[in-house]
Formats: sequence, structure tokens, C-alpha cells
Amino acid sequence: MKHIIQQVFHSGKFIVGFVILAAVLLIVIVYPLLIKDAPLAIIGQGTFFPPGTYVNAYDSLGSPKYILNLEHAAAKRIASKLSDDDRLAMQEWLVAAGIPENEIDISNTEQLLRQWENHYDPQTNIAGMTNAKRNYYIRLNASLKGLLSTEGAIIAVKNADTGALEETGDVVAQSDYVNIGQVANVRRLPLGTDNFGRDVLTELVAATRVSLQIGFVAGIVATLIGLTLGLLSGYIGGLVDDGIMFITNLFTVIPSFVLLILISFSIGQEKRGAVTVAVVIGFTSWVWTARAVRAQVISLRNRDHVNLSKLSGHSLVYIIFADILPYVASYVVMALILQISSGILAEAGLSILGLGPKTTEVPTLGLMMNWAMIYQAPVLGKWWAYLPVLVTIALITFSMNLMNTGLDQVFNPALRD
Amino acid sequence: MAEERKVCLRGSKLTKVFGLGRQKTVAVDHVDFSFYEGEIVSIVGESGSGKTTLAKMLLGLLNPTEGEVYFQGKKRDIGTHKKKKEYWKNIQAIFQDPFSSYNIFHKIDSVLLDCINMRGGRKFSHTKKVEMMTEACGFVNLKFEELTNKYPFELSGGQMQRLMIARIFLLKPKILLADEPTSMIDACSRATILDMLMQLRKEIGMTIIFITHDIGLAYYVSDSVYIMEHGKFVESGTADEVILHPQEAYTQRLINDVPKIYEEWDLSTV
Repeated sequence: MKHIIQQVFHSGKFIVGFVILAAVLLIVIVYPLLIKDAPLAIIGQGTFFPPGTYVNAYDSLGSPKYILNLEHAAAKRIASKLSDDDRLAMQEWLVAAGIPENEIDISNTEQLLRQWENHYDPQTNIAGMTNAKRNYYIRLNASLKGLLSTEGAIIAVKNADTGALEETGDVVAQSDYVNIGQVANVRRLPLGTDNFGRDVLTELVAATRVSLQIGFVAGIVATLIGLTLGLLSGYIGGLVDDGIMFITNLFTVIPSFVLLILISFSIGQEKRGAVTVAVVIGFTSWVWTARAVRAQVISLRNRDHVNLSKLSGHSLVYIIFADILPYVASYVVMALILQISSGILAEAGLSILGLGPKTTEVPTLGLMMNWAMIYQAPVLGKWWAYLPVLVTIALITFSMNLMNTGLDQVFNPALRD
Repeated sequence: MAEERKVCLRGSKLTKVFGLGRQKTVAVDHVDFSFYEGEIVSIVGESGSGKTTLAKMLLGLLNPTEGEVYFQGKKRDIGTHKKKKEYWKNIQAIFQDPFSSYNIFHKIDSVLLDCINMRGGRKFSHTKKVEMMTEACGFVNLKFEELTNKYPFELSGGQMQRLMIARIFLLKPKILLADEPTSMIDACSRATILDMLMQLRKEIGMTIIFITHDIGLAYYVSDSVYIMEHGKFVESGTADEVILHPQEAYTQRLINDVPKIYEEWDLSTV
């Protein structure tokens, strides 16, 4: 046993796959210990907040101020306020006002603003411009005026009785900074929020955990059924073999995914928990394990060591467990790994179709994909709602397939290069 | 000894057919035989003549398609696991390939311990068991201290086959079925193995059914010889009768196929 494990860990592919899977498992286990938020808590009012650090604006007003005189601070501020659409609109107006197009550089904020200041006149009528467009330019001009101001912002509080604004005396100058560590409420959302306003990262970790559980349960159920039937039909043979192979062939000709959809559908939304879905997946995917194990057992049962074991008076159960099972164990472990990874994929496939586990209790990788699809995240370009999920699914299945290939090379030395 | 020879294993019309219809292969075809107690019987034939199939039927590992095996005068009954176990206390085997005879996941000790357990020694103390195993290994010129806690792949082919004999030594069956026990071993170890088998027979007085393709070897060891061709016994009798005065062309051919030193080897086949 020790020898086999040593050998397995000499295979580069197995190590890479194992490290990836171990890292995923570690994150899944450690993350909830550090961050105890409920994975399905709705924290954002609105959909698809982009990834980033969210600093409480109200708290940052009260935080200690530090004056930093940084170069280009004003330019950066203006540049960030002036969207690409606005720049194009400004160019359009300026061109219409008679400025040669090659003199306008919309990426040069300073020059663009100077030209705008010099030439813009709200009274000028440009042929073909709608009223709405004219009002847009007036609004744009007003906001640009505020941009160029170097005055600080005054903080005022509403008087509860009169409703009048009363200055607090605090002025936030343009060179005032707060230290993010001194702001009371800062929330990092490395992957933003999803369509329901839930933290995608926390949700993703919880979903990965549930999906792995589903994969493991499905893989173990499938392997157990396949192994038991394969061992029995291969070793006993005769009528038992015929009977089991009849059932196995029935399951083989019906595409398992169709069967999976039908069973999931007929169970109904109410009863479809994560474990139920896992068992259903396992129940529909044992066929190939059973066939492969049977084939191996048939070639093993006439070996001399099995005959010798019989002659030593061992029982059928003992022979199956001691003389047959260890010889097929390496294959079964490899099949188990593939079953787990295909279980995760099957769950994702079911959930995308809306036949996954009940949606209110647990997230799964498939459900996250489903939600992202329903709320059109791909169309809206909200990549953080689905891309991390895809990468996670890909990483898990990739690592497992890599482990499988590595094991294959260890157990079948002929495949080693 | 020859006067009151008791039949210990008798077969009547023993047949084994594999496959159905067109693909039918008759491996063993209505063979009759009587093996006497204390004898060394050789079954000689070329590859594919049905020797091993016959051996497996005698051992009860394969069910005959037709015919019966009589053990010690009574019809053999191995319907249940218990009866089979009882039968296997009386008949044991050494297989052709020592490398595949062992479960590679178990240590060597377990093979010998199984034998002790089978002979009702399950409750023996550990020291007693070790003593018995040491004795058995000593019989075949192996040192138990060197073998214990080792896996089969750490042994040479000759050592493995000798350990198989040690196993028989512990089991002390009435009949030993040796299915080409020396064919996978080099010539030097072969003599040792045969010698040990002969010694063992002397020690516990068992019947040996020796299956081989080597008629020279059969002549050297056996009392009576059965020649097998295409699943049938074509000739049988004492070793001298069959080999020195062969009646069948097939026997003749088998004898001619044995290479001899100082003589031209006739490689022409019939």
C-alpha cells in the first residue's frame, strides 16, 4: 500500500491534479471558517455590482483626513468623471461648431476641456440637433463646470425641525484623503455581487462545497452499484451474470442524461435536495463501471491464485474481497475519480436546465450558472457572475482527469512514456 | 502392495464441453480412469489436449458436462461449500505457474496460515503455528525466518514452487494433483522440486497425479501413465508398458519428440 502511494506520487500529472484539487478543497474548508457570512445573504440592493472594494461614503466623511498633494490628482478626477460617450459627444459638437476634426484629440482631457470652454455656447444652434440633444449638452456643460472647480465640498446637515441645511464647518478639500483602514465600514467584493445582490465569492465557495459533495456522493453511489454488480456478475457468472447484464444493457441503451432529466423532473422541485440529486446522478451513471469491472473479474476468476484460494477453503465472499477486489482496486479508484468529476458536470447540466437542487437553500455551481443565464449576465457583460463558476468547474474536472491520467500511467506501465 | 490396491479416484465418462453450437469445443471427451492409492499417475499429452481441464474437474473447480467422479468408491458430492471444503482436505493441487499462484497483495505467511487453519489449527497458539510453518519450510529447504513478512514477488520462481510444496506438506492431502509443476522452472530447480515431491509422497503416503507434456519425466517418476490426445485417453498402463512398448502412433510421436543427447533429434512431425 505504502509502495503504491509512493509510486503514485512520482507521477507528475497526478501531483499537479492532486495539488489543484487539494487547493480547491482547502479553500472550500478554510474560507467559511474565516468569513462567516451566510452564502445566500442578499447584501446588495441592485444587481451585478462589479468586483472591487466598497468603502462606506458616509463613514469616510467622518474619518481622519490626511492632506496629500499628488500630481495629476485633478486630471485623474476629471478623466474618471468624463466618460468615453461624453468625449465623443463633445467632439461631435466641436466639429459641428467648425473646428477641424484633426485638431481634436479626445484622449487628451486637458486640451479637450480647453477647446470646449473656448467654443461651447449654449445659444448656438446646430442644424439637425434635437431639443433633447441640446439639453444633454447643457447638462454636460454644467457638470464640466463643477469638474473644473477647485473648491472643496461643504458638509451640511439637515435640521430636523426646519428642514434647512446647516453647515457643520467641515469642508472636504480636493486634496483630502482618508486611510481605508480607518474607515469603519469597508467591504471587499473580489467577485462583485450577482443578480440577487449576493457576494459572488462567498456564494461560489459554498457552491463549490455543495457541488463537490454532490460529486462525491454521486461518484460513490455509482461506483458502489457498478462495483457490486460487476463483481457479482463477473465472479458468479451463469444466470446471475445474465440477469445483471440484462439490466446493465437496459441502462446502457437509454442515454443516462435523458434518464437523469426524467427522474429529476418526476421527483419534483419540492423533494429535490442536493443529496437526492446526487443519488439520482449516481443511480444513472454506474453502467460503465459495472461493465468494466465485470470484464476484469471474468479474466481474474480463472487465475491460479483464485483457484488456490478456493482450494484453501475460502468462502465466496472472502475470495471476492481478498483475491478479486485488490486486483481491480486500481481501476475502481480511477473510475471513481472520473465518476466524481462527471457527477459534478451532470449536476451543472441538470441545474442549467432548471432541474437541479431546490433553489432556496443551497447554491451549487450549476445553480449559479442557471441564475447567471436567467438574468442574462453573459449578454450584459457581467462576467463575474458566471466566469469564476466556469473556471471552478473546469479546474475541478481538469484536476480529476489529470489525476486519473497520472494513475493510469502508474498502473499501466505500458502507457508511460 | 500391488495385490490389494484400492481405487481412490475413479472417473466414468467424464466430459467437458465449452461453448455451444458451432463454436463447441470438446475439451475432455468421455474419459474413464481409475487411480490407485499410493500410486504416481502421469497424464501425458501435448498442449491443448485437455489435461488441465481434466485436472480442474478432478479438483472440483469446473463442473463436468457429463460423467461422474468417484472418490474412495463413493460418488463425489461437492454440492455445498462445506462439502467442497471437506473434499479439498483430501485433494490438493500445485499449479503450473508459481508466479500467478499467489495473491500478490498477501504476505507469504498467509498462504501457510490458511493451510494450518484448514487442518483445524485455527486455535493454535502463535508459537505453535510458527513452529509448524518453520517445519514445513525446512522440509523444502527454505528458511521461514527469511520468508516471513515478505511478499510473493520478492521470491524466485523456484522458491515459490517449493513454498507450494511446503503448503502441501502442511495440508497432507490424500491426493496431490501436480499440474506441470516444473514447466516454468529451470532444469536445476526442476530436479529439486521433483525430488521434494517424491520425498513428500514417502513421508505422508499420498497419491500423486502428475500432469505433464514431458513423457521422459513421466517415465522417470510414475507408476502408471495415461496418454491423452484431443480429450481422450488413447493409451494407458504401467510406465514400462506404455513407454517402452508403445502401441499408439501418438505415443510413439511423443516419445520421439523428446530430445536425447548423443542422438540426432527427429524434428519431423506426423
